[in-house]
Amino acid sequence: MIALGQFLEVLIGGLMSGVLYSLVALGFVLIFKASGVFNFAQGAMVLLAGLALVRSLDLLVANGFPLWVAIVLGIGFAAVIMAITAWLIERFVIGPLVNQNALTLFMSTIGVTFVLEGAAQMIFGSDVYPLRLFPTDIWLLFESHFPGGILVNQLDVWGGLIAGILVAGLAIFFQQTKTGRALRAVADDHMAAQSVGIPIGWIWFVVWLVAGLVALVAATVWGTKLGVQFSITFLALKALPVLIIGGLTSVPGAIVGGLIVGAGEKLAEVFLGSHIGGGIEYWFAYVLALAVLLVRPQGLFGERIIERI
Amino acid sequence: MLYREAGQFKTTYAEDMAIFPIRQDRMALAILLGIAFIGVPLLADFDIWPFGSDYLLRAILLPFLILALAAIGVNILVGYCGQISLGSGAFMAIGAYSAYKLGTGVHIPLDWLGFAISIPPLPVLLSILLGGLAAAVVGILFGIPSLRIKGLYLAVATLAAQFFFDWVFLRVPWFTNYAPSGSVSAPTLDFFGLNVGTPIERYMLCLIFVTVFAFLAKNLVRGNLGRQWMAIRDMDIAAELIGIRPLYAKLTAFAVSSFIIGVAGALWAFVYLGSWEPLAFSIERSLQLLFMVIIGGLGSIMGSFIGAAFILILPIMLNLLPTQLGVPLSTETITHLEFIIFGSLICYLLIKEPHGFARLISIGKEKLRLWPFPY
Repeated sequence: MIALGQFLEVLIGGLMSGVLYSLVALGFVLIFKASGVFNFAQGAMVLLAGLALVRSLDLLVANGFPLWVAIVLGIGFAAVIMAITAWLIERFVIGPLVNQNALTLFMSTIGVTFVLEGAAQMIFGSDVYPLRLFPTDIWLLFESHFPGGILVNQLDVWGGLIAGILVAGLAIFFQQTKTGRALRAVADDHMAAQSVGIPIGWIWFVVWLVAGLVALVAATVWGTKLGVQFSITFLALKALPVLIIGGLTSVPGAIVGGLIVGAGEKLAEVFLGSHIGGGIEYWFAYVLALAVLLVRPQGLFGERIIERI
Repeated sequence: MLYREAGQFKTTYAEDMAIFPIRQDRMALAILLGIAFIGVPLLADFDIWPFGSDYLLRAILLPFLILALAAIGVNILVGYCGQISLGSGAFMAIGAYSAYKLGTGVHIPLDWLGFAISIPPLPVLLSILLGGLAAAVVGILFGIPSLRIKGLYLAVATLAAQFFFDWVFLRVPWFTNYAPSGSVSAPTLDFFGLNVGTPIERYMLCLIFVTVFAFLAKNLVRGNLGRQWMAIRDMDIAAELIGIRPLYAKLTAFAVSSFIIGVAGALWAFVYLGSWEPLAFSIERSLQLLFMVIIGGLGSIMGSFIGAAFILILPIMLNLLPTQLGVPLSTETITHLEFIIFGSLICYLLIKEPHGFARLISIGKEKLRLWPFPY
């Protein structure tokens, strides 16, 4: 008999790590919506943002700045780095590749991944750097209801909060601002958007910048959890099934998909893994995505693509 | 006026349909095969630099041949049939581990039925080919989703295959014959009583495999089946309307491609690595193969070879260059620089020639046809 307390604990832990997947998946969705580019480099962007932040933070603190000033400056510096990256990518890779097919664009982002990984580690170093922005204490909830209570990491709660704020912010940005509306116009039809005077290069720069900033947010949370290190880039691969489940074009889909994947894989690992040898986490998300693809190819929230195959 | 078909008259239909209709192409191929089959072994035999050292054979030519074979397999699926696959590494692994199991003897105890399935160790050649067949069967299975989805969605579906099989070979001890470290060693390479051991023998073995499969693939893609694949790639609805069955065309593409990739995987494990663990066939391998195909040229057998050579040799060159130039750099910096240069070159090539080296070659041939006159 599985204790309800354990089940809830695993579920909550899974949902919270799902939030982190969602943060990475969000960056994918933004770029895919606006330019149809399947951005493999999102994981590398998280790494770059994280490294820029943690290294500048260390440097500033070591030079005697108070912590809050260091944090503000560090985040500002990382944001500037992401802006430069976005500009470079738009100017030198995505811009010249306009009108190529999806596969070529996808491969070019893998090329970008290599460059970002190499450059980030060469400039900022390649060790594991601990980042302490959020409390990582543990709360025990409902101790009166379950023996031992339910373990909840404070960091996970912070992650959930931040993801919520981020989605709300993005929703406002897309719905209310002029740039946001231009973005949606470009996503709808490049040609039409251009002909009504929307500067497409600028819009793509903004998209990559926003994706970079989302990567920065993801990096702060992931970095606090695991330390900023190279293995963060593998997150990009975990975000792919999240996207498929949620739908490639849907921001809420990325969030819900992340939650499903996070909770699903943790539950599968704990309650099924012991029977078939463990490590299910490794592929569970992908097989789940495969199942979703067969039943509902557009994902849970994606736009229905009417296309004969 | 070195290269043109003027004056080469064809008098029979068979001649017109020949695999290499232009005489100069035939000659170039013959010279290439001559160098590969006779020249390289001779040079190695006489210890002529750089063929005398094992390094070139073992570290460059051997992986080049095997990965070129795998790239041909990927090219059939991605380049000819237009189905993106990120699971090539998994199919290589399936080929390798099936061949390993068959080569060392299969024993499946079926306790609840009261008997066990036992297959004695098979000859190496047979187990390599059967390994390819096993990969083909799994390839068909994972190809089924392609009937409903395509493009990047399909890529994620094949990614599922990649991660699932990574896990299977890592966690199911049956596949590794219960080796405690999870790493397995190939059986001795015994081909009809001939023991293949030295680098040059291994090279010849791979060369024979690659030549045979390259010719098979070249003939397949210009025949009925290949035309079906290309029709599906170019426009699936139109292909269906003119009577091509998408189910049959797509699944055969998956089967043939996985078979070749599986054989390449078995060769990679048996001939190149000798002993290996599942990490040898990870997602990086899949991406590497996809790069080879795209850089070399989608829908070109020749392109697969060029792509494989480029992707394989570039990192080696980048690695050697700083030491040769005498620039003192730490190994870590070199690795990172390698990443940067490799990535930028990929982007540059994709921007400058999205159709890969194969397109450059065909442009070159067009130019040669007119040379030395402008038109």
